[in-house]
Amino acid sequence: MVDKYQNSIIKVRGLTKRFGKFTAVDNLNFDVSQSEIFGFLGANGAGKTTAIKILCGLSSPSEGNAEVAGFDVYKQTENIKKNIGYMSQSFSLYEDMTIVENIRFYGGIYGMPLTLLKERTNHMLNRLKMTEYANKLIKEIPLGWKQKLAFSVATLHRPKIVFLDEPTGGVDPITRRQFWDLIYEAIDIGITVFVTTHYMDEAEYCHRVSIMVDGKIAALDTPDNLKQQYNAKSMNEVFLQLARKK
Amino acid sequence: MKQLLAFLRKEFLHIFRDYRTMIILFGMPIAQLLIFGFVISNEIRDANIAILDYSKDYQTQKIKEKILSSGYFILTVDLKAENEIDAVLKAGKAKLVLVFEHDFARKLEKTGKAELQIIADASDPNSAEILSNYTRAIVNNYMIGINNGLTTKTVVFTEPRMQFNPGLKSVFMFVPGTMALILLLISAMMTSITIAREKEMGTMEVLLISPLRPTQIIIGKVVPYFLLSFINAIVILALGFFVFGLPMRGNLLLLISESMLFILMSLSLGILISTVSKNQQVAMFISMFALLLPTMLLSGFIFPIENMPLALQYLSYLMPPRFFIVIIKNIMLKGTGIMFVWKETLIILGFTIVFLIASVRKFKQRLE
Amino acid sequence: MRTILFLLQKEFIQIFRNKTMLPIIFIMPLVQMLVLVFAANLEMKNIKMKLVDFDNTATSQEIVSKFKASPFYNIIGYSYSVEEAQNSLIDNSADLVMVIPPNLEQDILNGQSPKVQLLIDAINGMTAGLINSYSSMIMLDVNKDIAIELMKFSANQQLKQISIKQRFWYNSGLNYKHYMVPGIIVILVTIIGMFLTALNIVSEKEFGTIEQINVTPIRKYQFILGKLIPFLLVGLFDFALGLFIGKLLFGVPIRGSLFLLFSFAFLYLVLVLGIGLLLSIISDTQQQVMFLTFFITLVFVLMSGLFTPIETMPLWAQRVNIINPFAYFMKVNRMILLKGSGFFDLIREFLYIGIYGIISIVVAIRLYRKTS
Repeated sequence: MVDKYQNSIIKVRGLTKRFGKFTAVDNLNFDVSQSEIFGFLGANGAGKTTAIKILCGLSSPSEGNAEVAGFDVYKQTENIKKNIGYMSQSFSLYEDMTIVENIRFYGGIYGMPLTLLKERTNHMLNRLKMTEYANKLIKEIPLGWKQKLAFSVATLHRPKIVFLDEPTGGVDPITRRQFWDLIYEAIDIGITVFVTTHYMDEAEYCHRVSIMVDGKIAALDTPDNLKQQYNAKSMNEVFLQLARKK
Repeated sequence: MKQLLAFLRKEFLHIFRDYRTMIILFGMPIAQLLIFGFVISNEIRDANIAILDYSKDYQTQKIKEKILSSGYFILTVDLKAENEIDAVLKAGKAKLVLVFEHDFARKLEKTGKAELQIIADASDPNSAEILSNYTRAIVNNYMIGINNGLTTKTVVFTEPRMQFNPGLKSVFMFVPGTMALILLLISAMMTSITIAREKEMGTMEVLLISPLRPTQIIIGKVVPYFLLSFINAIVILALGFFVFGLPMRGNLLLLISESMLFILMSLSLGILISTVSKNQQVAMFISMFALLLPTMLLSGFIFPIENMPLALQYLSYLMPPRFFIVIIKNIMLKGTGIMFVWKETLIILGFTIVFLIASVRKFKQRLE
Repeated sequence: MRTILFLLQKEFIQIFRNKTMLPIIFIMPLVQMLVLVFAANLEMKNIKMKLVDFDNTATSQEIVSKFKASPFYNIIGYSYSVEEAQNSLIDNSADLVMVIPPNLEQDILNGQSPKVQLLIDAINGMTAGLINSYSSMIMLDVNKDIAIELMKFSANQQLKQISIKQRFWYNSGLNYKHYMVPGIIVILVTIIGMFLTALNIVSEKEFGTIEQINVTPIRKYQFILGKLIPFLLVGLFDFALGLFIGKLLFGVPIRGSLFLLFSFAFLYLVLVLGIGLLLSIISDTQQQVMFLTFFITLVFVLMSGLFTPIETMPLWAQRVNIINPFAYFMKVNRMILLKGSGFFDLIREFLYIGIYGIISIVVAIRLYRKTS
């Protein structure tokens, strides 16, 4: 029998994570295919960050299986790390280093050749219109810039998948729109995007979304199908219905 | 009042949840006292000694016996030649080398003069001097002994009396210093760091816009540390008294009030530090290098102030613990009353007022 | 290898941009050397003595003049009441009161043995011991003189005298600073190495950047080397700076091989940084790591033999010192600098520190987790 998900780049089967008696992630099952934007939605504390940490190899699951880019989350975390990019809610650029120093550093530790690194750095700074600020310290630039920069750095080494954990917290709608432009450019070159958010308008931009409630996946489909299924005008309504149900 | 209580509860929770810090806060004074009480001593016993005896006669034999039976020395190497001395000292096998010249006994009989050389490893000058003194005393006694038949035994005796600390226990010296250090550590360092932390994390703003008044915030921050310091002071005193046999010659009540005054001084210093530092790290380094190190070094805690160059002696007048240490020593160990410590008390009070005024000013500036 | 270079580049950028770190690396050694060396002085050069002379004869004068002649004593006054003299011990104006009894001279001539009392403020047991030791030496001298006088007087026979020649090797002036400087350099290097490493890693934890590093394919050993090498260099730099100041300002000799010294310093720093790393792994906040480091440093420094020789400590304390890194370097630094000891005198220390260092790094790498 041919597995219809044979080509999926993330495979999750029965994934569970417990902290003592508390089950943060409860029996997750889903697949993500290449170049897809997979939205991972849920209220605060629904278990999104825990799940994403397992998929990135930062944390081990208690039960179940998962494969990321073809590698096992129990044993092959170091291989996973070579193939992914990650951007967390608290960003992780060094505040006391300049834009270009941060780019160089992260590019360097992913083993990018210097010429390629230079080329991509220039391209990236151009694209972000930050060329003339290349030597500014991170702590001197606005939040929205930091987020766009953090995303570009996370995809600098062209990973197969990039995990974004609440990437757009605390910025204005225009900046968020620009941020999503960057995401679309990333999938154009074949990167898969796995993004958690609690902005429901952003959910509309995803190819497919899953909605987590209390550690479980309550719904998973394209935004249009979900709206139809729940007879809702927006993803926000879908989400509210699901949250009320429990 | 209710708000203040709620706030206090939060502060206590913060402190007690961080059990690692608690262990250190109570473990540190105990460890320090144990070290000072049991480890550090100025008495040298069983020092390694090497002997180069060119003569090997009955006189040198007797002198050697006297020296080795004194309890101060253990013979580790019997040398054959002068050129071995350097190697023995360099390898640290001996701290002292005794050299008896050729024909020691014969010269002593014939000419009435013989020579003994003491070569001490003076890379540790204090030990070298003490060991050399021990040896000289033993040899001089021996000399008076062999001349004894000729003379009356008239000697002037010295009768040393170790006042206040007959057992020469080093812990007597260190209990007051440890008190000062630990009270400063908890009151000044901890307070400054926690306030700076709230600033750094932005939670200070939340507190400032809450219905709590600034004085209430400060009180809430300060009371837990006041209690903690106070308990620690009692623990240190009790340890000193019950474990190390420190006397309590003066008035306990006076001592406790003086300690409270010192804690208040430290707290106001902590508040001042926190108002001038923008984050935890700065507060930490100020406390560490401007507070703890000088306290250990310049307050007479370990090293006597009189031995220091004048510039450092003047600098030590700026160290509040210096005065507190004098107060504790005087009350506890010398048994004096307020008559002998009123000057120091006033000075600490002065420091407290200055720190408080300075931090209130700084605080207002920030709010405006 | 390339990854490590990028890590190193990043660390150096951060160190040189950090306004708290730079003064610690460059200014603190200077201040510490200046203040500590002058402050940490246990030699007694100025013993304040008060005299109560009830005898007031040529003999008592002679005793007093012997004390006056010594460079250690400073006679601050005379009194005719023991009680009043004792008060000067209480208000700290005197360290020592000497009471010469009435009829001292007469008693000596009568063949009795009078007693001179020394009242010493003994709260500081260490200095009291030294004061006692100095004073008895002087009294011994007095005794010898009196005895010789009397003997010459009573019998015209030849005396047997043993003349004692004292020689203080490696530090003939008994300069206490030469003893302290090597010890203080050790403290300096250790504190800088341990604190900076520990704080650096914990602050990456606090700012969350460590998580970003953990999702990269960096290997544990690469990350740890990237953290250790910069602080190792900083430590060696400060060691050299300390030696330089010691030589220039205090004239501390460098008798042994500098290569040997720096080799030991290198091994020692590996160990100290490994310990800093361990401390940072078990702490979550800068405050915790700061207290922990402070506590450990304090205990180890006090036990290290900085101002009292380790051999005078009780056996259990000497055993504890087996795990005290300070104790080794303190000893080795003094031996190489002051005595010019060679490698064969120090094989044991080299071995211990080497093995100990390897253990600490291995344990640190083991304990450091990229996953939570």
